[in-house]
Amino acid sequence: MASATSPPREREAGSGAGPARAGAPPEKSEQEFQADFDAAVAADERIEPRDWMPDAYRATLVRQIAQHAHSEIIGMQPEANWITRAPSLRRKAILMAKVQDEAGHGLYLYGAAETLGADREELLDKLHSGRQKYSSIFNYPTLTWADVGAIGWLVDGAAITNQVPLCRCSYGPYARAMVRVCKEESFHQRQGYELLLALSRGTPAQRAMAQDAVDRWWWPSLMMFGPPDEASSHSARSMAWKIKRHSNDELRQRFVDICVPQAESLGLTLPDPELTWNAERGHWDFGPIDWQEFQEILKGNGPCNAQRLEQRRRAHDDGAWVREAAAAHAAKQRSRPVEPPAHQERQPAGAHTAAPRAARSGDR
Amino acid sequence: MTGTDWPLWEVFVRSRRGLSHTHAGSLHAPDAHMALRNARDLFTRRSEGVSLWVVPAGEITASSPDEKDPFFEPAGDKPYRHPTFYEVPEGVQNL
Repeated sequence: MASATSPPREREAGSGAGPARAGAPPEKSEQEFQADFDAAVAADERIEPRDWMPDAYRATLVRQIAQHAHSEIIGMQPEANWITRAPSLRRKAILMAKVQDEAGHGLYLYGAAETLGADREELLDKLHSGRQKYSSIFNYPTLTWADVGAIGWLVDGAAITNQVPLCRCSYGPYARAMVRVCKEESFHQRQGYELLLALSRGTPAQRAMAQDAVDRWWWPSLMMFGPPDEASSHSARSMAWKIKRHSNDELRQRFVDICVPQAESLGLTLPDPELTWNAERGHWDFGPIDWQEFQEILKGNGPCNAQRLEQRRRAHDDGAWVREAAAAHAAKQRSRPVEPPAHQERQPAGAHTAAPRAARSGDR
Repeated sequence: MTGTDWPLWEVFVRSRRGLSHTHAGSLHAPDAHMALRNARDLFTRRSEGVSLWVVPAGEITASSPDEKDPFFEPAGDKPYRHPTFYEVPEGVQNL
């Protein structure tokens, strides 16, 4: 319910204080709060912003949601790189809509992080200064038009495999943001698949371009699920808290199993000679992943790390005038006598002074 | 002036006529009109709504999240408010 998730959370969530407030019953002990929290998680209930939660749970979520939000925002760059060179107006419109979606996903996620008491400006600062990470996948370059297809099919495909279980994450606002994101993400994957299919059925050169893109994006996509279970430091705790529902290796295997027949339908091959059906396991076996490469990129030594951050900072700085103009416009509006703005002129004069009232009169 | 100085707005979307507005999320904007426009771009990119409300987050007063809170207790011991509380003899119809 809206009333339960709303803004008082902002102040209270940040303070880390328990729910003591005027008229409240005698303070519960830390143990009682912990017991309530554990019971709610065990019963598959959602934790909401104003509920008591362990500090480590809150910190883990802020870290994860922020990193997720940053990934959406940085993820706009590799594909935006091709907007001006899209081969048709149809492809261009699709790509713009997709990149715009990624911006929206970032905003949903920053909003969810804020319900935990995080500050948006601070999160952006941490991204810009490299103190918070984003998904390593976006540090690879998009060299050809086919990369747009490979990203949609493989990178968004891997993201969906990761995000679908997050729709049932124990933290309410994150789970709800994921529902919205997953709905939108499925078009992203399909447009990529369709794009690759068109190339795969095209001229030999187009076909080669598609295969080359798949060759380059396959392994990095598998790395998106994170280190192997035995090396994943936070996994066990996140699973106990039901932030995570499946292990990294489990999701990776699920993704491989989904992709193999899809690659076949595309008429393209996946660049792994060890890919073989294992009837005993009921899964596809695949070759070893180069975790050294993954670690190097995490450390900032990937092909595009510096470029991505630099472009992000520049975009933020270049956008300063828009933020300033919006603030100036708002200040000017406040100082003016009441007068309906152009986009609401069908409403009675004065109705716009308070948003809910304007909204209600617009309902009729 | 930067984003942090902008107030937080809670966004409610009516997905179609006949349904109530439902909380969709929140955003920052310098005033109500820009909040509405941003909300349109952020939450209704696929025609998910026919009406939007934006409410200054700071203007919402919320009850305590604890379900066992005495705030909701008065309703707890009044099962006679539910029809299932009453015994109806076998065979009585339309009641």
